[in-house]
This record gives sequence, C-alpha cells and structure tokens, in this order.
Amino acid sequence: MIRSLRVILCIFLLTCCALAQTQLNGAGATFPYPMYSKWFNEYHNLHPDIQINYQSIGSGGGIRQVTAGTVDFGATDGPMTDEQIAQSKVKLLHVPTVLGSVVPAYNIPGVSQEVKFTPDILARIFMGKISNWSDPAIAKANPDIKFPNQAITVVHRSDGSGTTYVWTDYLSKISPEWQGTTGKGTSVKWPVGVGGKGNEGVAGMIRQLPGSIGYVELIYAVQNKIPYGSVKNSSGQFIKASLESTTEAAAGVKMPADFRVSITNSPGKTAYPIASFTWLLIPTNPTDKNKGKILKDFLFWMLDQGQAMTEALSYAPLPKEVVVKVKAAVTQQIH
Amino acid sequence: MSLPRAVTHLSRMSGTVNEMNSPDHFEPNQKPATAIPTLAQTATRRTQRAAATALQRIRQSHPPSSRIPDAAFSVLILFTAISVFAIVVFVAWQLYDKSRLSLHQFGLAFFYGRDWDPVNGDFGAMPFIYGTLVSSFLALLIAVPLSVGVAVYITEMCPIRLRAIISFLVELLAAIPSVIYGLWGIFVLAPLLREYVEPFLAKTLGWTGFFSGPMYGIGMLAAGIILSIMVIPIIASITREVLTAVPQSQREAVLALGATRWEMIRMGVLRNARIGIVGGIILGLGRALGETMAVTMVIGNRPEVSRSLFAPGYTMASVIANEFTEATGDLYLSALVQIGLALFLVTLIVNALARLLVWSITGGTAGRARA
Repeated sequence: MIRSLRVILCIFLLTCCALAQTQLNGAGATFPYPMYSKWFNEYHNLHPDIQINYQSIGSGGGIRQVTAGTVDFGATDGPMTDEQIAQSKVKLLHVPTVLGSVVPAYNIPGVSQEVKFTPDILARIFMGKISNWSDPAIAKANPDIKFPNQAITVVHRSDGSGTTYVWTDYLSKISPEWQGTTGKGTSVKWPVGVGGKGNEGVAGMIRQLPGSIGYVELIYAVQNKIPYGSVKNSSGQFIKASLESTTEAAAGVKMPADFRVSITNSPGKTAYPIASFTWLLIPTNPTDKNKGKILKDFLFWMLDQGQAMTEALSYAPLPKEVVVKVKAAVTQQIH
Repeated sequence: MSLPRAVTHLSRMSGTVNEMNSPDHFEPNQKPATAIPTLAQTATRRTQRAAATALQRIRQSHPPSSRIPDAAFSVLILFTAISVFAIVVFVAWQLYDKSRLSLHQFGLAFFYGRDWDPVNGDFGAMPFIYGTLVSSFLALLIAVPLSVGVAVYITEMCPIRLRAIISFLVELLAAIPSVIYGLWGIFVLAPLLREYVEPFLAKTLGWTGFFSGPMYGIGMLAAGIILSIMVIPIIASITREVLTAVPQSQREAVLALGATRWEMIRMGVLRNARIGIVGGIILGLGRALGETMAVTMVIGNRPEVSRSLFAPGYTMASVIANEFTEATGDLYLSALVQIGLALFLVTLIVNALARLLVWSITGGTAGRARA
C-alpha cells in the first residue's frame, strides 16, 4: 500500500516537473543542425526546465514558419530578402551563429596533388566554357601538376540547399557573366552538369565519375576525407579552406547593423573566399515575453560558452569582434 | 478492377471443373452400400443438425434486430467507398488551389514550357513530364518480359521445392527500401553502365540516337533499370497469382489437342490470364511513375529533354522532393505544387489509357477463356 502511494507520488511529481518545463520550438536550416542540436541539448542539461526543439526542415521552410509565427524562432543559411522581410508578420533579427564554407572537390585520374583554382577557372568550368582538364588556363595556375586529357563533368546539388546558395553567390560575385546568366539561389538553372542529392550524393558521384568536379560543405569533406582544392582569394593568395580561414573570411568584412551580409570573396588576406554565416531568426518583439527572455538568455550563452563547442563539430566560430557586435544587438533589439 | 473480376471468373470455373473431374472426389454424406452410417458420418450429421437448429433459434428470437446491423454495415461500407472518391477530389482540389498563382502566371504553357529557372522565376514542366514518362516506360520495357517469364517459370515449370524459394526472393525485392536501391545504383550500377554497358550500346545501337553522347553511368538509362528492378516484384507476383488461377483443365485441353509446352503456355495460360497480367502491369506502372528517392539518386537531375538515354534527366516526383524544402517565394512554391498537379494528371491519363487498352483487347467482355 505504502509502496503504491510512493509510486503515485513520484508520478505526480514527475508530471509537475514536465508541466513546469518551458518548450520552445524552432525550425529551419539543415546545415547547422548538428551544432544546434548539441547546443540545445547542452543548454537543457544546464537548465533542465527549458527544452528547445529544433526541426531541420530547410531554410525556406524555416523562414516561412517563423514569418507566419508558427514557431518561436527560425534558422536560415541565406539571409532573408528585402521582399521576405516586407511580407513578414513578425519583425526578426538575424543572429549569426557559426560559419561554414564550401569547397571544390574533384576526381582527376592520375592527379593526387592539391589543385589550385582561380575564380576565373571555377566560373568557366561551371559555365561549361572549360570542358577538359588539359585546358591551358588550369595548367597555368598549376604549373607543377600534369593534367590528363580528360573531359570535365560538373556535379552540383540537385536539392535546394544553402550550400548551393553560397557557391552561386560566390560565382556571381567574381563573374559578371555568371551573375547575368545564372545568378544565385538555393536552386539555380545550371548551365552544365549532373545533380546529386545532398552532400553525400555529390560526393558519391564525384568518387564515381572520373574527371568530375563538384562542391561540398567543408565539414562534409573533412569528416569524409574527400580531397579538395584551394581557391585564390581577392588578395591573390591561394587559400585552402579550414576553420581558421573561414573565420578569417568573416573578420575581413564590414558588418551591417542587421547582420544580413554575404562574406563570399572576403577581402581578408588569409580569408577563404567561399564562406558564409548561418543565422538564427529571432522575433524582436515576441508575444510570449517569457519565451523571449529564455531565447535571449540562450543567445548570450551561445555567444559565450556555445562558441567554444563549435570546433569539436568542425564548425568555424564567429570572430571575436562579431560576437561583441551581436551581443550588443541582442541586448538592444530583442525586447 | 479487371484483375479481381478475372480471378473470380477463373476460380469459379475451376471450382466446377474440380468437382466434376477430380478423381479423388469425396462426399462425406454419401451413404455406404450397407446403409449403416459410419461413426464419422453420424457425428457430422449431428453437428450439422445442431448448427441448423441454433441458427433457426437466432432467426426466430431476434427477427427485426438482425436487420439493423445489416443496414448499419451497408451504410458503413458505403462510406468507406465514398471516402476514396472524397480523398481523390480533395487532393485534386488542393493541388489546383495551391497552384493557382503559377496557373495564373503561366497558363497552360506551364505544361509544355521547357525552362526551369527558380532564380528568374521562369517555370515549365515539360522536362519533368518527359523524364517521368520515359523512365517509367523504359522500366516497363525491361520489367514486363522478365516478370512474366518469372511467373510462368514459377507456375508452369518450376520444381515444387524451388517454387517457394523463387517466390520468396521475388517478394524480397519489394521489401528493399528505395534509398538502398538508389545507393546501389550510384555505387554499383552506374560504374557498370559507364564502363561496359553504355560503350557497348553506343557501338552497336549508337546510330539510333538513343544511345549517344557522353557516358556518365547515371542518367535516364540507369533510372529505367533501377525502376524496372523495383516494379518486377509487383508485376511478377500478381502475374503468378493470375496464372495459378487458370484452371488446370485449360492446360490439359490444349495439351490434349497436341500442343507443345510453349503452345500450351501461350494459348492455354497466358491468353486466359492476360487481363490479370495487364492489371499487374498497371500497378507496376503506378509505382514507377511515383517513385522518388531511388530515381533522384541515379537520374542525374537535369531538367532537359534529350533523345539519348545516356543523358541525365529529371522526374516530377524528384523535383518536388528536391526543391520543396528550400523553395522560397510564392511563385516558386506554387510552380512546384503545379508539378504535383501535372503528376496527378499524367497518372490519371496513363491509367485511363491502360484501361482502354484492356477493353480493346477483351472487346468489352471479362477475361473468359476462349482458347
């Protein structure tokens, strides 16, 4: 009898705890999902009464849901357009969280060295204007590599993704012709090539197709040991993507007040040119003040302790000066 | 529709045939010559009588109430039947409603437009419709002869012990998740195609124009082959069931007329079962039209209409799966929903054509044996 009373009491207490727990829901980008789920989990361990759920449904879905007010916060790999901001019912702050970069991966038979790419070579390969690895332009940038006479197959992402956005954003910046014909977006009309689904699809096709070149996220390439080339940045240095050179890309760019900034083709001397922020979209005037306060606390924690966890998961942390600016913006703008 | 009808016909026939012809015909109530009932016979009679009186008692004690459950049951069944209609209408309406923006913008030109440019907001569905149809028909071209062959072997020629094993293996193919087929396609099938099959096809059949251009391994041909492997179990198992339902007397009659085994199968079995087989093919086609994951992994995802089967293509289901999550902008979303509408219409038209084909084969009558 006493035992069963105890059990009932325990259940009662547990239910009380569960009821006292505040749940926050977010949705959006897939690229930072491993980082976010680690953060939300750690934060839950520190504050057992707060549970933050995150669904990686894609940036487009994240923007749609947060602007419609169906989730407490959103997340995106590409900043919202002016049109989207104008249409939004909720006023949002873009909060940069981590950085990612996109690297050119290739499969050239007989070439094991690291290939150097100039912006011009990349743009012309992806427009189909350079169609063979023996092209003199490639040989000129890589004088110590002997390239085979092998046709180039371009591999791109078939699913809409932030990775494609960053890659095409870079090509648009360095090639007016690309900007005019294809432009930038999460899905674009590719002039040449075949599409693979996801990073794994692109990497799989590159591994299978001799003479192919494609683009994958740095994290994916590092974790799966896929060889990738270095890219010439705007100060004329060939830079291989790494966490440091990615963070460097953000440091070299002037930050606008709303943090909606593209950091591709960054002017920094040691900056890797194909990098991007990923953002959380936080309502500045939340209807539920309690949830707003919790989110604000979380953001401060994320900008301090959270940033120290990034490198273990191969994400590039924000530069120090950006962290200072973001903290100021969070303090001032989120009520 | 045609499949069950054919099967019931055939089974009804086989029932009568068995009663008349089978040598070990057994009637439990037949009186032995001595007119003294055996112990077993008395027992059955007694239980039969007991059951009959019990039924009678129920009928007499609750005559009106037995009608209420019947009426309720028929209403319930009617609702389930109507729900199918309701779902189809609801889906069609939703697709139309959500694609209004794009319908308004592009009109019917959407269905034959060849451009797909999300950046500039220019959308056309032609390459996707083309890709869906070509990959599905390619799949049927490969799968139908194979599956009918498998079914004929299982029902007509296979040693009994092997029969269960082969049937099991065929059905196992249906249980493999499509993402596994896709991965297998990228890592095993595509290199095989690129290294051996495509160069061979280009050399021997390159003049047709269907097998030319650069060989990636992935592309329309790979998608067709993967799809064919995925629809084989559907067509093969339905065909097997239909062939099993063909009465034994048909086979015996054709053989008795001096037919060879091949003639017996052609005239006595396949001819009788053709409606059921077509039903199986339609089900397989439905699977092929809607398959998404495996196809998108091997087709190359390039929205272009190309005559060569080596070239990459794109299907309607794939583009929706690929681009819906990251589609920003109302027109883009609306265009993707309209692709869904196009897929719905194409499926409807293809199924209607298949039904017409069945009617034209049978001349409007059900699948009766006329061999």
